[in-house]
Order: sequence, then C-alpha cells, then structure tokens
Amino acid sequence: MSEPQKKDIFIGIDLGSTTTKAVILDDGGEILGRGITNSRSNYDVACRIAREEAFIRARFSLAENAMRADPLLSGLESTFIRRLEDSFKLHQYRGELEHLREALQAAAGNARHFAYQADFRNILNEIVDRMVETAPALFEPGASRKSDFFRDLAGAEYMQLAEAMADPKGINFETIVGAYDSAILTVENTSDEESFKSHIGAALELLLENGSGETAEQSAHLRAAIETARNYNLNELVTVGTGYGRQRLPFPKEWIRSEILCHGLGAHAMFPDTATVLDIGGQDTKAIQVDDKGIVTSFQMNDRCAAGCGRYLGYIADEMNLGLHELGPLAQRSTHRVKINSTCTVFAGAELRDRLGMGQRREDILAGLHRAIMLRAMSLLARSGGVKDEFTFTGGVANNPAAVDALVDLVEQNYGARKLNISPDSIYTGALGGALFAMRDYQGAQA
Amino acid sequence: MTRPVDADKDRSMELQKEMIAGMFDDLATAHEDGKKVVYTFVPGNLTELIRSFDLLPVLPEINALQSGMRKLSGGYITEAEKQGHSEDVCTYVKCDLGMLKKGNVGPTGKRLPEPDLLLLSYTGCFTFMKWFELLKQEYDCPVAMLHVPYQPDGKIHDHQREYIVKQMRTELIPKLEQVSGKKYDEDRLKEMLAKSAKAEDDLVHVLESAKNRPSPIDAYFGGVYYIGPMFTAFRGSDQGLEYYRLLREEVDARVAAGLGPVTPDGTMTKEKFRLVVEGPPNWTSFREFWKMFYEEDAVVVASSYTKVGGLYDRGFRHDPARPLESLADYCLGCYTNLGLPSRVELLEEYVKEYEADGFMINSVKSCNSFSAGQLLILRQIEERTGIPGGFIESDLVDPRYFSAANIKNRIESYLQMLEQKRGAGVGA
Repeated sequence: MSEPQKKDIFIGIDLGSTTTKAVILDDGGEILGRGITNSRSNYDVACRIAREEAFIRARFSLAENAMRADPLLSGLESTFIRRLEDSFKLHQYRGELEHLREALQAAAGNARHFAYQADFRNILNEIVDRMVETAPALFEPGASRKSDFFRDLAGAEYMQLAEAMADPKGINFETIVGAYDSAILTVENTSDEESFKSHIGAALELLLENGSGETAEQSAHLRAAIETARNYNLNELVTVGTGYGRQRLPFPKEWIRSEILCHGLGAHAMFPDTATVLDIGGQDTKAIQVDDKGIVTSFQMNDRCAAGCGRYLGYIADEMNLGLHELGPLAQRSTHRVKINSTCTVFAGAELRDRLGMGQRREDILAGLHRAIMLRAMSLLARSGGVKDEFTFTGGVANNPAAVDALVDLVEQNYGARKLNISPDSIYTGALGGALFAMRDYQGAQA
Repeated sequence: MTRPVDADKDRSMELQKEMIAGMFDDLATAHEDGKKVVYTFVPGNLTELIRSFDLLPVLPEINALQSGMRKLSGGYITEAEKQGHSEDVCTYVKCDLGMLKKGNVGPTGKRLPEPDLLLLSYTGCFTFMKWFELLKQEYDCPVAMLHVPYQPDGKIHDHQREYIVKQMRTELIPKLEQVSGKKYDEDRLKEMLAKSAKAEDDLVHVLESAKNRPSPIDAYFGGVYYIGPMFTAFRGSDQGLEYYRLLREEVDARVAAGLGPVTPDGTMTKEKFRLVVEGPPNWTSFREFWKMFYEEDAVVVASSYTKVGGLYDRGFRHDPARPLESLADYCLGCYTNLGLPSRVELLEEYVKEYEADGFMINSVKSCNSFSAGQLLILRQIEERTGIPGGFIESDLVDPRYFSAANIKNRIESYLQMLEQKRGAGVGA
C-alpha cells in the first residue's frame, strides 16, 4: 500500500442562529467540502458536526478528482459519485438508526417505565426495525427528502409509527414520543469522526453489487480511487469562525472574524464583481459594501429588533400553517398586492388575522408582506451607501422567489438596472468567507 | 490588553467621587440649611451666575445618567410610562419624572430638594422646554427661560449675543435676585469666571493629551468623567480648580511614563485603534460598552459628547472681562446648538488632528438633538477623510435599548474592517 497523500486545507465555520455551516478549502482556494447542521442550543456540537460533514464531502471531492484523473474512469465521476453519496447516506442513516435504537433502549430503562418495560422495549425495537427496512427508499436515486438532518428525517417516520403502534390505554403515543425526544438529543450530539472510513467501503460494495455496467477493471480502479480518498491526510492549517456564536468557538481570538467581513469576502469569491451585498438571515439583515478585493468598506445592520428578517417569515408561515418554502410561490400568485407597513415579528400574527378577517386573500397579503420586508432592507441598503453594480443577495431569504421579485423591483425603481447575483449555495457564503480568511491569514504569515 | 487595576487608582477619580457625593449631601439638606435650589440643564448652564447668588444647581440629566449607571433608570422609566409617557419620549425625561414620582430620591440614595426656580438657559433642545413644562406642573415655582438662537452657520453673531445678554439682564437676573433675595454681584461673578477659565485651560490640556501616542486618556469613556465637574456644579469653584489641576498633573505623568488610558480593568497596554466618537454614550451598560472597545485595544481619542457643555478646545473661555457676554457665548456654543456643517467640520478636524484610524457614531434613540442628521455626518466624514465610519445604536438610560450582542457585533465588525483595510486584505 502506498503512502497516503496529503492535502493542506483551510476551514471556515459560520455559527448562525438557525444553522451552522462549514466550508473546507484546499490550498488553491477550491471548495473541497461543505457541511451544514441545525445549530441547536449547543454550538460546540453544531460546530463539530458541520465540520465533520464537510470533511466527509471533502473526501467525496477527492474521490471525484481521483476518478477524473484516471483515464479509465474519467467522465463517469459525477453520476457515480452522486450514487455513491446516496449509498453512503443510507449506510450512515442506518448507523444513526442503530445509535437511536441504543438511545431509545436507554430511555426505556428509566425507572418510571418499570411496570411495562419489556413491552415498551419491544415496541421501540420494532419501530426502529421498520425504519431500517424503509430506509433504502429514502435514498433511492431521485428520491426527494424533506430535510437532510437526521432529526427531521427520522422524526417524521418515528411519529407515524408511534401513532400506529400506540395504545391509548397502555403504552400511549406520548410515552413513545417522549423516548424519542430524549434519545434524539444523544444521537444528534454524537459525532462520528470515522463515519467516512467506516461506511464508504460498504456503500461502494453495495453499489458495485447492484452493478451499473462497470467492468471488473473499472471496479478495481474505483476501489482504488475511493481508497485514496479514504486515506487522504487532510492537514488542517487554519480554521476561522464567524457568526453569532463565534465567541464560543474553541480556537484563538485571531481566528475569529465578524460575519459581516466573511459575508463580504464570501460574496466576492462567489461573484467577483460584487459591489453591494444584502444578507437576510434568521435574525438580522445586513447591507454591506465591498471593494474589488472583497474588503468591506461600509455596512449597516438592523437595530434592536428582528423585524423583517427570516424569523418573521417563519412566524407568518406558522400562522398560515404553511411550510416556509411555500410562502414565496404563494405570494407570487397575487393579483392585488395589499399594502403592509409593519414588519414587526411580534405583531405579525395579529396583522395577518386582521387582514384575513377583512376578507383579503392570502396571496395578496403575502405579496404585501414580502414587499414590506424588502422596503426595510432598502432602507438599510440606502444607509450603507446604496445598491451598486453588481449586487449579491445572500442568506436564507434569498431562496424565496417572492422576496427576490420584490427586491428586484425596488432596486430597479430606486437605483436603476443592477445585475443581481444569487447563488444556490448562498447559505455557505459566511463560512466560505471564513475559510478564505483562514487561507489569507496563513499565506500572509508565510509570506 | 490591560494590566491589573490596583496600581491605577487615580487620586482625581477619588476626589471627583467625594465632590459628587458632597454635592448630593449639600442638596439633601439644602432647604434645612436655608439654601435655595435651581434646576437647570447641562448645555448652556450658567453655574457661575447661579452660584454667585449662593443658589445650588440641580441638573436633571446628570441625575438621570447617574441613575442609569446605578441601574435605577429602568424602574423609573417604567414608572413614567405608567403615568402615560410614551415609549418614544426621551428617556432622560422619563427617568427624571419616574424618580420624582418615586419620592425624588437621588442617585446616591439621598432625597433631592424641590426647586425654587426652574432655569432653562438653553433652548436648542426642544425637549428641555417640555421637560420643564412637566416639572412646572409638579412644583409651584417660578420659571426663567433664556431663548438661545440656533447657530446654522456655526458663527456667533453680535446680535445673537446681545439678544441673550438682554434677556439675562431683564429676565433672568431679576428672577435670580427675587428667588435668592440677593443683589446681582458682578465682581463675585467675575471672580468665579476667572477660576472657570483656569480650570478650562487644564481641561483642554487633558483632552488634547490624546494627541500623544499612546493616548494617556480615553476621551469618551474616560472623558465623561473628566468633564464631570466642569459640566455640573463645580465650574468657577475652588474644588473645580483643584480637581483639574490634579487631573492635569496625573495625565502629564502618564504621558511622561508612556502609559495608556485607565479602564475599569486596569491600564491599556496596547493602542491598536484610535477612534473619534460622535454621540452620547449608553449609561445603563456603560462599563460593558466601554469594555467592548478596550478589549479590542481601541481607544477613543476625541469625542463630540464631551463638548456638549462647551467647545473649550476650540478656544472658548469664560471671560471675567466680559462676564455676561461670555456666558451668552457659552450658551450659543454648545455642540448641539451647531448646524450640521459645523459639526461635520469639527469631527473632520478631530479625525485629522488626533490621527484617528476610525470614526464611530453611537446613535441614541432618546436624543433628536444629537441623532438627527447623523447618517449624513457619517457619509460626509467618510468622504472628507477617506476613513470608513461605524454606526451603532443604543439609548441613554433605557436598558431595554441596549442589545449587547448586536452592538458588540457591530463594533467588532467595524474594527476588523479597519484592520482589514489597513492590512490591504491580509488579516491579523
């Protein structure tokens, strides 16, 4: 066996109020891997899990690169890696289900379940057995998953099974769900550093067994490529942390950057001609101006309250009993936009009920709400120095088409035509900026 | 970076504490001691004139900010809101009214005397007028008002000065004579003004010491202490004179020793950022706010807030040769009485004279006199100096409007931005 290859890497971690993101760059500044997890109340764990996920993705990238460099495999890599990732996720998911099984059994061991313990344990085992059985369907090619977070994915199915198996007179629904609530914390707070190493071999073999026309020689090369990725020595040089939880990150102060700077640099890296950045996240909105090197020259943030931020849309979605992603498309169906001035999150519910009570249509109200959010953002943009060309929109709200429509409209009215950039990976902007700072810091110190 | 605090207790600080405590003690027993009391405001205050009649000044904004620092303001504001004052009213006013409703116990725990006269000597803040209208409803006492014209072009014109002096002679001095039962004694006033001028020289020397590297003082967070006696009841007094003599000595010694400013956590040992700050500080989280700066090795070298009670560093002095005229100039020259162009010019000069790396605005919700036009100021300073400005928002004494995480985030981001610009893209 040959000596494992080595690669120097830089990591950026963005601890957001809702999600924690990690980006790994290689020494040439190329993105090797990304990871995301929900921030929970425990930033340390969120940070570790996002980071590990990024490491796993990085190894997939390395495998893909190895395939591309191999004349026998070149051209197959992108589809193959996609399938391999699905297969890997299935193995990983099953591994997590076994963790869940252990944690559920531990929860069942609590003295208050003493009277019916044996039955309780059986029910919990049966639920996990069924989940293991149905797992492959979740990771079939083309299968759509509501979320990639284990909590959401496993939780939905667990609830259904719990409902089916609960006995209102015996072991009831609440008892079964209670076990999940305590077990899930253990499971999601357990990280598996060896996840790639322990699951990738089996994932690959499963894929090869099911066969999709690879020759024996190709299979041998594939195994070698994966082995190379598996053994790669990823040498972490510098990690830079950003986001609201940044003070909690376990590394020196010099390696902590404000997310405003990170968003500016990240947006510049994604779209090098960016001059103005608007970031609307869960609880704050930032208007940032950057120079041609991605250096922030001016910024403004919302003050004192989170009106008009992502959380506001979250409340509206809850009030309307809709998914967050459904709001934008519904608003786009509006024909008579309602004029709304308040973007106060606290008043959102009352405002909404009042207007529905007046007989206004949901889509028209939603269109008004989206515009109200953007009017607030426009004020911050004006305060920061206006909207220059090019203009990059980041943060969760950038995924909302009605918000984007309202923004485009208002920018055009106030500043004229501007090129608007939105990356599908915009959620990683801050983490990417952090990783780039890590690289600059290191290279600056070496120079 | 700071070093332990024990070695850094300044004698001037102790003296100031004694002076302030003594002032509240005197006020607590004023009426029993046969003394009369005048309520008046810091900007444009006529301390020497008041004192020349043996009257004692009470400064409601000082009470409010002291209550803020002693964590009492939140309760007072709630009390005033219960009385019907809106959330949008200046929190100094609400803090004062709430304190009054709760027994008028001052910040040091001693009762404040009721006013014998409400003296409004600066009208640039419209809220001051409303504030005294409210106090007038509470207290049955005379009111004296000096109308002070705004300075749109930043210059004091003769007719403005004459207008104020005339009001002093015909309106104010007769009321002071009536309340105190004493005749106006110009010689006594002159004597006091001479002491003021001397102390003012020392104060300017102290404020300008920030031109040194490292600066021996923080001209904002430390500055609010340094202006304390001058802006309150001690102008023209022997105590005031002594305080500034001592302070000047201490600051000179710090310069000679190459020491940085004293903070609650000790002496700053590193000066990474020199900043100019516009706007009043937040009082309810004063120490936490200050810490956000010194933890990042940022020192404020000049501030506009320390000029609300007079632009001494721009040459103004109380002048015994022109007693009422110089008092009139003083009322006209308060920082918030200046038009925006004059404020921009002053701040621009500070950035240049003090070789600042950055310029920051703390925009307070309560104070329109300060906050109106601040974004324009920010842009203009950026254009004129080429230095990016930072903008934070808080309040004077309403603890509900200090969001530590948000403010810290902005300060850190701003300082990192300055550093990034300095390093041309290579951090740390």
